[in-house]
Amino acid sequence: MTDGERPDPDALLARVQAEAAPPRARLKIFFGAAPGVGKTFAMLESAQRLRAEGVDVVIGVIETHGRSETGALVAGLPTVPRRRVEHRGVTLDELDLDAALARRPTVILVDELAHTNAPGSRHVKRWQDVLELLDAGVEVHTTLNVQHVASLTDVVEQITGVKVRETVPDDVLARADELELIDLAPEVLLERLGEGKVYLPEQARRATQHFFQKGNLLALRELALRRTAEQVDVDVQAYRRAHGIERPWGSREQVLVAVGPSPSSERLIRAGKRAAERLDAAWEVAAVDRPSRPLGERDRDRLEAHLRLAESLGAEIVRLRGEDVAAALLTHAKRRGVTRVVVGKPTHARWRDLLTGGLVDALIRGSGEIEVHVVAPIDRDARPPAPAAPDARVAPPSARWSWAAGTLAVAAVTALGLVAFDHVSLADLAMLYVVAIMIAALGGRGPSLLAATLSVLAFDFCFVPPRFTLAVSDLGHLVTFAVMFTAGLSVSALTTRLRRQEQDALVRERRTAAILGFTREIAAAEAAADIAAVAVRHVEELLGVGAAVLVPEADGDLTTLTSIAGLMPLSAPEQSVAAWSLAHRQPAGHGTATLPGAAVTAVPLAEDAPRGVLVTAGRRDAPPFTADERHLLAALARQTGLALGRVQLASAARDASIRARTEELRSSLLSAVSHDLRTPLAVITGAATSLRDARAKLPPAVEAELIGTIVDEARRLERVLQNLLNITRVETGLEPARAWVPVSELCGSALTRLADVLGPRAVELDVPDDLLVSVDPVLFEQVLINLIENAVKHGAPPIAIAARRHGPQVEISVADAGAGIDPALGPRLFEKFFQAPGARKGGVGLGLAVCRGVVTAHGGTIAVERAGGGGARFVVRLPTPTPPPVPAPDAVPEAP
Amino acid sequence: MTAATRVLIVEDDPQMVRFLRATLTAHEFAVTVAEGVAAGATAAAADPPDVVLLDLGLPDGDGLELVRQLRAWTAVPIIVLSARGREEDKVAALDAGADDYLTKPFGVRELFARIRVALRHRPGATATAVITAGAITIDDERHEVRVEDRVVKLTPIEYRLLALLVRHAGKVLTHRMLLKEIWGPNAVEHVHYVRVHMAALRAKIEANPSRPRWLLTEPGVGYRLSDGGDGGAP
Repeated sequence: MTDGERPDPDALLARVQAEAAPPRARLKIFFGAAPGVGKTFAMLESAQRLRAEGVDVVIGVIETHGRSETGALVAGLPTVPRRRVEHRGVTLDELDLDAALARRPTVILVDELAHTNAPGSRHVKRWQDVLELLDAGVEVHTTLNVQHVASLTDVVEQITGVKVRETVPDDVLARADELELIDLAPEVLLERLGEGKVYLPEQARRATQHFFQKGNLLALRELALRRTAEQVDVDVQAYRRAHGIERPWGSREQVLVAVGPSPSSERLIRAGKRAAERLDAAWEVAAVDRPSRPLGERDRDRLEAHLRLAESLGAEIVRLRGEDVAAALLTHAKRRGVTRVVVGKPTHARWRDLLTGGLVDALIRGSGEIEVHVVAPIDRDARPPAPAAPDARVAPPSARWSWAAGTLAVAAVTALGLVAFDHVSLADLAMLYVVAIMIAALGGRGPSLLAATLSVLAFDFCFVPPRFTLAVSDLGHLVTFAVMFTAGLSVSALTTRLRRQEQDALVRERRTAAILGFTREIAAAEAAADIAAVAVRHVEELLGVGAAVLVPEADGDLTTLTSIAGLMPLSAPEQSVAAWSLAHRQPAGHGTATLPGAAVTAVPLAEDAPRGVLVTAGRRDAPPFTADERHLLAALARQTGLALGRVQLASAARDASIRARTEELRSSLLSAVSHDLRTPLAVITGAATSLRDARAKLPPAVEAELIGTIVDEARRLERVLQNLLNITRVETGLEPARAWVPVSELCGSALTRLADVLGPRAVELDVPDDLLVSVDPVLFEQVLINLIENAVKHGAPPIAIAARRHGPQVEISVADAGAGIDPALGPRLFEKFFQAPGARKGGVGLGLAVCRGVVTAHGGTIAVERAGGGGARFVVRLPTPTPPPVPAPDAVPEAP
Repeated sequence: MTAATRVLIVEDDPQMVRFLRATLTAHEFAVTVAEGVAAGATAAAADPPDVVLLDLGLPDGDGLELVRQLRAWTAVPIIVLSARGREEDKVAALDAGADDYLTKPFGVRELFARIRVALRHRPGATATAVITAGAITIDDERHEVRVEDRVVKLTPIEYRLLALLVRHAGKVLTHRMLLKEIWGPNAVEHVHYVRVHMAALRAKIEANPSRPRWLLTEPGVGYRLSDGGDGGAP
């Protein structure tokens, strides 16, 4: 059996997950080559058919352009009223997304998928509205012309010369469950156009005149047919994969597109996208950073724009680093199993390749089995970008100083030369001038040019014969001048580059360190609010903008968000940006395609669950985040989301275990109550009723016995209840009301309260009078009472109580001379409702649990040991600082 | 007991009222019952009692409120009834002017001991130079303390502490009262002063300081000097 015959497990898994996911809403696109082919008509026809079948079809947006045959088809279909938007005096009708979502039809018709919404709408593009409708489970029927497909716009531009601005990402097209091609022969279309059946707005008529030419229409038709065929292909492949039918060829294709800041890269990206689609291949777009040649601000922005485009077209973005671009690309390509590399045709002069080695050459030479596609740029964009303007950020901080320093250095050399002219040669002087120029060159190109010019002038005028004229007798000196200029320019270029590298490295290092710090801090945070605070602080530090973390207030309600960190009061529209981002798990707000008019940017914290959103503010007028910054923000948000998830899981687990423990406690309590509390009550009731009913007949001794029983059992009941109350008090986390108390006093009051229980039993006490502990006297007295009672009940006299200070601890022990306790029982002794096997009945098994609870609440420990005489010895160890001083008796005035 | 002693019971639990009324009536007290703060205040004003038994948890308010209202115009002894574990409430009531407290559940013997002590310390009882409480005798003029005829040497503070307790024998004194009387109003937070000196005092007075017979601790509340052995803990 070969691999090709059996379905790939990953693919099967994906299918199983797709089948397990809730049925997603269908998207049907009526696809055409040009306006006027009848897409809207076809869509309405199919809608009328659906209506006849009883399907709930409504019109979201239909542009009939006043055509009666189309208008007639609208009749009978319910319509979601349009939303009117005033924009600069013009009233625009837009799809009312919220009304449509509220109406929840089965199918909604939304004409013209590529439409750009009026400013102030929730989304920039209508296709985003459509995606939201689909997410909400509404089937959408829509129309689209081939020239609006994002990856085809440059081809269309080449064919028609018209640059299309309204585009729909290929992902949306790929999302379509049905792509119905509305085909019309170009001749017929032109005929209809001639008859005026195709409506074109006046302002577009002239611009599109060129568009409606037979050649164009043929080409566009072919494009539309091909695109539809590709889609069919994709469906077929999906079917094949689903049914274990592998493609005839074994290995999978992988396309790598190499881009740079040059504008022609845009075309490369689109070419790569098309190639990848044709091959059903995964594709990556790579940019190589050369550490020795960092990009200027403008180039960097352009590269970011390219990468954003590539991302929006569905590419995976790769940033590589290396001096040798070709080697970096090839290493990556080989590691990832890339089969095709797409690069641009070089646009620079040939001699540069001779000097530096051309990229294309190097790629082809090292490519081995990898195909290299070289794509030509569109001509008018072919020129490489003008060299970046001097970068303000890279300019040396003390530019003014270096202008002056250069001038001064030249002046100094000139003065020195004039004084010592007879003792130095012209060559020496020239060297000195070069030194002066180099000093100036440290300040950048300007100062170096100034210094070079001044040097040449001064050298020529003052020293080169004939002296004190600008004439040059020996042509050899012209070489000297050239050397001076070259030295100045080279040094300044080197300095600038070094400085930029240094700055780049600094920024990178700071960012890496920051992310590292962030990860470490967030791992240490234990509460949701702490995590959010860490995230907010880091976003503010890294990106220089205010931030907040918002989480849904209650489970299931994603509309009400509360800020758990960040002091950023959000206005209602900003809240809704955050809520949208949370609900759709996509970024929204400034710099994104959704609600871009907002002042804030919201990034969801996790993709798997609506955990919360990270909102950043303060950049309304500033440019949107760069790709780097967006990735950073997304990474921070993801980390925060993971950490929040971890905390939520932990707290859920804790809740569950508390519930389980509460459950266990409740059942133990019930059994304890039913047995141990009822027994004394039964005795009391029995004794009391016999006294009530038969007192006269009872001998006095029996009467006294019954009364004694009632009193004893009532007291027993009280002790049990007291322990139940205490354990509740301790377990609910009540802070002990600490005070400094002599241990002797605690023992004294415990023994006094236990006088009845102790009877004549001997108690040996070894407690220093001045030994103080910081405890809650009421709770701690209970500890001693329980330990002593335990010794009375289960041990044998004498009972020995001892207390000593050992360094920072006070140790209090209660020992008896009984049979001792099996050490194997260990800590279980201190569990609630635990009764040692064979122990005498009488308590609820709470006494020692109360002891442990109280001692633990005081930060101490309790353990059981074997006493010297063989009995059990319970030892309480309490951390005890030095007690506060007590004023000496003499400090108090004599009594009057 | 005095036949004419009138007791006002302010308590809302019918079984508790039934028990108290039966017991007290059998011992020839005249009993009045009020079921809340307002009723208690009215009853105390209409027919001034000799002693008030006051439950702290009342349906129409806190018993502490009634203590304050009564203390505004009468020095009638007030004995607070409250459960164990509510020590702060007891201390608050005592500091607000209540005379003593009983922890529920309590025995009849304790109840009568408390009432007897409260009535003894009614205002008007004259102060004498030589006071005796149980086995302890204090001669205030000679600054001399005797325990069962044995003369005990005390520091000035111990003497004042003991004198205060003996003068209020049988009655609980909160830490706050003791601190205020002996160390002054600025020291009321330093509860450990009292505890340390009390430990020293016990060592001198008690035959077995770890099982005191006279100087009794009321955990979380204060101290009480036993006036004969029947006023201690249950």
